[in-house]
Amino acid sequence: MKVQPLSFLEPGSQAKIKDIIGGKGINTKLAEMGFVSGSILDVLRNDGTGPMVVAVMDSRVAIGRGMAQKIMAEKTT
Amino acid sequence: MSVTKETKEISTDQVNAQTIALIGNPNAGKTTIFNALTGSRQHVGNWPGVTVEKKEGRLLADSKVHVIDLPGTYSLGAYSEDELIARNYILFENPDVVLDIIDSANIRRNLYLTVQLLEMNTNIVLALNMLDEAEAKGIEIDENTLAKILNVPVIKTIGTKNQGIEKLISSSIQALGQSREPLTVDYGQEIEDEILVLQKAITEHGELAQRYYPRWLAVKILEGEDVILNDIQKYPNIQTIFTLREKAVQHLNQVFAEDIQTIIIEKRYGLIEGVVKQTVKQKKDVQASVSLSDKIDNVVLNKTLGIPIFLLTMWAIFKFTFVIGDPLIGYVEMLFEWFGGIVGAMISNELLASLIVDGIIGGLGSIFVFIPPIFTLFFAISLLEDSGYMSRVAYIVDKFMRSLGLHGKSFIPLLIGFGCNVPAIMATRTLENKKDRMVTILVNPFMSCAARLPVYVLFAGALFPDNAGTVIFSLYILGIVMAIIMAKIFKKFLFPGEAAPFVMELPPYRVPTLKGMLIHMWEKGSSFVRKAGTIIFAVVVLIWVLATLPWGVEYASQDSFIGMFGSAISPVFAPLGFGSWEASAALIFGLLAKEVIVGTLGVIYGVGEEGLAVTITQMWTPLAAYSFMVLTLLYVPCVATIGAIKRETNSWKWTGFTIGYTLALGWIVAFIVYQGGTLLGLG
Repeated sequence: MKVQPLSFLEPGSQAKIKDIIGGKGINTKLAEMGFVSGSILDVLRNDGTGPMVVAVMDSRVAIGRGMAQKIMAEKTT
Repeated sequence: MSVTKETKEISTDQVNAQTIALIGNPNAGKTTIFNALTGSRQHVGNWPGVTVEKKEGRLLADSKVHVIDLPGTYSLGAYSEDELIARNYILFENPDVVLDIIDSANIRRNLYLTVQLLEMNTNIVLALNMLDEAEAKGIEIDENTLAKILNVPVIKTIGTKNQGIEKLISSSIQALGQSREPLTVDYGQEIEDEILVLQKAITEHGELAQRYYPRWLAVKILEGEDVILNDIQKYPNIQTIFTLREKAVQHLNQVFAEDIQTIIIEKRYGLIEGVVKQTVKQKKDVQASVSLSDKIDNVVLNKTLGIPIFLLTMWAIFKFTFVIGDPLIGYVEMLFEWFGGIVGAMISNELLASLIVDGIIGGLGSIFVFIPPIFTLFFAISLLEDSGYMSRVAYIVDKFMRSLGLHGKSFIPLLIGFGCNVPAIMATRTLENKKDRMVTILVNPFMSCAARLPVYVLFAGALFPDNAGTVIFSLYILGIVMAIIMAKIFKKFLFPGEAAPFVMELPPYRVPTLKGMLIHMWEKGSSFVRKAGTIIFAVVVLIWVLATLPWGVEYASQDSFIGMFGSAISPVFAPLGFGSWEASAALIFGLLAKEVIVGTLGVIYGVGEEGLAVTITQMWTPLAAYSFMVLTLLYVPCVATIGAIKRETNSWKWTGFTIGYTLALGWIVAFIVYQGGTLLGLG
C-alpha cells in the first residue's frame, strides 16, 4: 500500500501513520493528541480545503490542512 | 468516613504540608471531580485552556489537605503555557499525591499523561472517570490489572453522578505520605544505556539531582527539550552533561533513522499499547463507529450548512445578550443614581458629597454597569463551551482566520469583543501560541463593544435620523475592517511567523447542566469585577479629582483641570471636525467607559441626557458627528480594557503600545473621514 499525506485521504478511509514530517514542537503537539507512527486514523471529514476531522485513539480531532499534509499515512481500508 | 486513621500516622511532622494536585486531559471531567472533592464552586469547561489559573480548595473530608486544580493538559511537555504550569508545579512544588483523572472512553491518549507522570516519580492515584461514556461505547477496563501493572491505586468514577468519589477520596488520603517504585518506560537497550550514563552524571552533579528527578531529567536531555536545556545551562559545571548529551545524540542518530524524540514518544505509546492490551476489552471498530455526536457533527460541520448554523448561533447569542443584558444595565444605572442621590442628600459638605457621589459611587457604578452584559455573555459562552460547540466554531472559521494570519481559536475572543472587550481579551488565553494571542489582543478593541453603541445611537439618531441604522452598521464594519488590516500588519511586522498549527479535540457533545453554566458564568464574571475593577476604580477616582480641582470650580466645568485639559488638547481634534473643549473633555471621560461620553456631554452642555439630541443637532454637523463616532470607535480603549490588556499581556510596553497606536489610528481615520468628506462637499 502506498504511503500518502493524510490530507489526500477521503472520508471513510482508515489509515496507519507511517511518519510525521515536522519540527520538534509540532511533533510533540501531535504526539500528545495521539498522532504517532503506528496510530490508526479514521478520516471522518475532509472537504478538500480547511481543517479535517479524524478519529484517533478513540477521540475526534480537528487538524489543520498544513499539519495533515505532514502526516504520512498508509491507507488500510 | 473513617479517614482519620490514615492521616494520623503522617500528620505528625507535616501538619499543613499535605497537598493533592488534580491533573487530567481537557474534557476528562477534572473540574467536576475537583468540585466534588472540595465543594468549591468551579467552572466545568470543554475548551482547552480555560483553567489557566491554578485553583485551590480544601478537601471536604479533611480540611487540612489542600487540593490544587492544575490546568487541563494532554501532556507534560513544554508545548503550551498550561503544560508548563502543570509540569513546574509537579516538579517543584512536590504535591503529596497527584490525582490523575482519566477519560475512560479515551484511555490510550489519556494514559500518555499518566506515563509522563510516572516518569516524574509522582505519587499517583488514578481515577478512571466517565465510566458511563466508556461503557456506552462498549469499552471495558479491568482496573485491578491496571493498578497492578502501573503500581498505583486505580478507582472507577463517574464524576457527574458522584459515583466512586468516596472511594477516590479515601484512596487519595491513604496515598498521602506513601511513596512507590514508579513504573519505568523501557526505551530499549541503546537509549537506556545513554539514559544511564546521563542519570549517573546528574546524580553526581548533586545540585541538578536536587532540582530534578535524575532519570526524568536524563530523558528530557536526550529529547533535547529547550526549556530544560536552557534551565540547566545556569548551573555550574554543567559542561560535562552537555558533552555527554552531544555524544549520546551522535550515537543514537547513527543507530536510528528517526530522531530521538520521536522514538522516545513512540516508546511511551508502545508501553501504553501493551497496558491497554492487557486491561481493556473493546469492540474492534469502536473508534470508527458512528455516535450521536458524529451525527450532530455531520450537520453542524457540514460544508454548506456549517456556516449558516454558526451565524445563526452567533446572532442568537447577541440577541440573548441584548435582550437580557440591556434592561439590566438600565436597572444598575438607576440603582446607582438613586443611591448616589440618597447619599448626596445626607452629606452637607459639598466636596465630600461630590467625592462620594460622583467619585466613589459613580465609579463603582461604571464598574457594575458592566456586570449584566458580561454575565449574560458568559452565560451564553458557557453554554457553547459546555455543550462542545465552541471547539466546532474554531473548526468552522479556521480557514477564514488563517487567511488573516490568525488562528481558528482567535475568532471567539474577537466575537466576544462585540459584547465587551474585557472578557474578550481574557478569552485569548485559549490560544497556545503567544504571537497569535498578542495579535488577537491588540486588535480586539476595534470590535465595537456594547458600550460604544449609546454614543452611536445618540449621534446617529440626532444627525442621521433617516439612516441611523445604516450609519451604526457602517461603524461596526469599519471596526472589523480596521481589525483585519491591523492584524495583517502586526502579523507581518511585529509577530512574524506561521499561525500555530491547528490541532484541537472535538469533545463529544454533552448536555450542559444549568449549575455548571452558572458556576462558569460566576467564576469569569466575578474575576473580572475583582481584577479589572480595582484599576477602573483607581482611574475613576483620578478623573474625579481632575474634574473637581482646582478648589471651588464647578464639577467638570471648563475651569476644572479636565476642562482646562480639554481646552488645551481641543486643537488636536479641530482637524477632525470637533475642536470644542466639550468634545475633548467628553473623550477624556470616555476612557472610563465609552458610554460615559453620552453622560458627560449631557453634564457639560447642561441639558441632561434627554435634551442632548436637540443640542447636538444644533451644535454638530453630520460630518463632524460621523468623524466623532469613528474616533469613539477606534481611540484608546476604556480603562477596563486597558487593565485587561495589561493583565493578559503582562507587559506595560504592549499596553502602552495599544493606547498609542489606537489613538493614532483613530485620529488618522477620523481625519480622513472629516477632511475627505469636506473635500467632497459633505460638510
